[in-house]
Amino acid sequence: MSKESTYIPKSGFSKWFDQRLPLPRMLHDNINAFPTPRNLNYWYTFGGILTFCLVTQIVTGIVLAMHYTADAGLAFASVEHIMRNVNYGWLIRYIHAVGASMFFLAVYVHIFRGLYYGSYKAPREILWILGVVIYLLMVITAFMGYVLPWGQMSFWGATVITNLFSVIPVVGTTITEWLWGGFAVDNATLKRFFSLHYLMPFMIFGVVILHIWSLHVTGNNNPVGVSVKEKQDTVPFAPYYTVKDAFSLVCFLILFAWFIFFNPNILGHTDNYIMADPLVTPAHIVPEWYLLPFYAILRAIPSKLGGVLVMGAAIAILFILPWLDTSKVRSATFRPLYKQFYWIFVVNCIALGYLGSQNPEGLFLVASRICTAYYFIHFLLVLPILGLVEKPKPIPESITKAVLEKMEIRNMKEKSAEA
Amino acid sequence: MFKLSGYNFKFCILFQIIFVLFFSISAFAAGEQKRVQKHDWTFAGIFGHYDDAQLQRGFQVYREVCSSCHSMNYVYYRNLAEEGGPGFTVEEVKVIASEDMIIDGPDDYGEMFERPGKPSDTFVSPYANQNEARASNGGAYPPDFSVLAKARSTLRGFPWWFVDLFTGYQEQGVDYIYALLNGYSEPPDDFILQSGMHYNEYYPGNQIAMGQPLYEESVEYADGTAASVEQMAEDVSAFMMWAAEPKLEIRKQMGFKVAIFLFVLAGLLYYSKKKIWARIEH
Repeated sequence: MSKESTYIPKSGFSKWFDQRLPLPRMLHDNINAFPTPRNLNYWYTFGGILTFCLVTQIVTGIVLAMHYTADAGLAFASVEHIMRNVNYGWLIRYIHAVGASMFFLAVYVHIFRGLYYGSYKAPREILWILGVVIYLLMVITAFMGYVLPWGQMSFWGATVITNLFSVIPVVGTTITEWLWGGFAVDNATLKRFFSLHYLMPFMIFGVVILHIWSLHVTGNNNPVGVSVKEKQDTVPFAPYYTVKDAFSLVCFLILFAWFIFFNPNILGHTDNYIMADPLVTPAHIVPEWYLLPFYAILRAIPSKLGGVLVMGAAIAILFILPWLDTSKVRSATFRPLYKQFYWIFVVNCIALGYLGSQNPEGLFLVASRICTAYYFIHFLLVLPILGLVEKPKPIPESITKAVLEKMEIRNMKEKSAEA
Repeated sequence: MFKLSGYNFKFCILFQIIFVLFFSISAFAAGEQKRVQKHDWTFAGIFGHYDDAQLQRGFQVYREVCSSCHSMNYVYYRNLAEEGGPGFTVEEVKVIASEDMIIDGPDDYGEMFERPGKPSDTFVSPYANQNEARASNGGAYPPDFSVLAKARSTLRGFPWWFVDLFTGYQEQGVDYIYALLNGYSEPPDDFILQSGMHYNEYYPGNQIAMGQPLYEESVEYADGTAASVEQMAEDVSAFMMWAAEPKLEIRKQMGFKVAIFLFVLAGLLYYSKKKIWARIEH
């Protein structure tokens, strides 16, 4: 959807500037005037929220790095120094720590919105794949960030995850030791994790730019999943979606603030307030909540190598999702069967998260295996077959028709309520 | 199965999952470690604030009892006079600090020397290092108290861990410490206690190296409060919570201002959004 530019430079200076670097033109066309489907609901505001989260993490992270010391002997104390002695250090650290959880909360809403409305389907495959790349980078960044306070969970989490690489045949041990920079998780590991934790958000930022670029080429998907056909299907991004995104963002910030100011430690593990001790293993080693589903998958498989492969496949399968779903209809609104399987899948993911927090024994292990199997069944069997057997509901001709129809129904309901 | 409408179906599934989780947890949670009861703390909840008098009493218990084994390496004497703390005056803190001897140095001749503490010092540690601490305590290391109230927790179980997200209950650690200090008793007849260990109904495994630290009248409170075990346990737990989270009061106060700002802003944006979107049919 390459569009003609609507930017008109007003002053002599902006004309002069536009001929040399059309940056204001680019911003105008992509932010102010960008034609956006008129029917986007609040689930579509999470892209903006995620951008905000990324910037918040980068800004607070830069300030934290001014006071943090990446050294196995000093890291834990330097975090306490930030909490106690740095001006508003407690606030900056809590924003950063809670911010990681909020970032993942938002990204999960964003991903599941994409799954519901079929946003990964043609012509948005690249857009979706870039999103999965961002998510993968987020997972790695968050994992490395969690190691930095050098608490017990930091240390043992790092030990468990880096050890996963040792299952690679022949070169596994070599790779693991190369990652550690030694023969165990230690000072060298902490220092490189810090360095990479600082680098990766900027890589994420780069991929986010590609993600938005791709979005602006294909245009937004929308809740009815019908492509934009005429001008009246869209509204300019500003002011319609700037104000809607802003309102949604502030609502999200209320939740964010609740955790920062009134419940800052509930999303973390208490053991991380104990300094790392290689000689004492915690009773239960668990990752942060947002990685629990993958942890459940890892531990559901009886072999170590198998567990690692299946866990990797759980993310890798998202890359080929656009070609697994055989249905031409995008939105679940018009797919009665998919809608039900979608919700089963959501519950299955939540169940995996819960199982990841429990010891893999007895009923929990059985449940983990069933849920893991279903996770893959959803992608490999349900989605391909559903597209072939499902009879979609009638699809509206255009976005505008869908909007007007919805309005009519609403008006009729109001009238009957009055009568 | 496909005849159910989307909504009913969702709720059916959700309800079943919650039901199964709830019962599996209740079945599995029946360990030997006793459930920690929720205690009433002044600093709990969104209006929470420390009770100065309680923190001062807690500090006295720490100093006269706990500090003979437990360090508090991240806490400075000056913190005792800071806002949101026990409310000692700067003068009082100078006196408190000067009562402890600090090893400083090296001096101009390369020698270490002892001097009275200053407000800018951290609390003096009872042991020179962890090895000495272990050697003096039968191999067990008495943990540092600085963040201990945040480093301990209690098993909450479903659905409480979820409820806690929205009630702001963050006192699991301090509840545990309070329970532990009150949890010493004679072991049951069939319980095999290892030598040098003590029975505590709240400690994981019920065997703890630390002997009962608090007895009736272990301290004589400066403010005349009767020093029962419960009273001292409560006071020192509160003091440990303050040590772990010295900015709690300022955090909660700021949270209110931020919340008011955000709610007003959300309201303004909501009406702006309504007004702008009224221009088109949607």
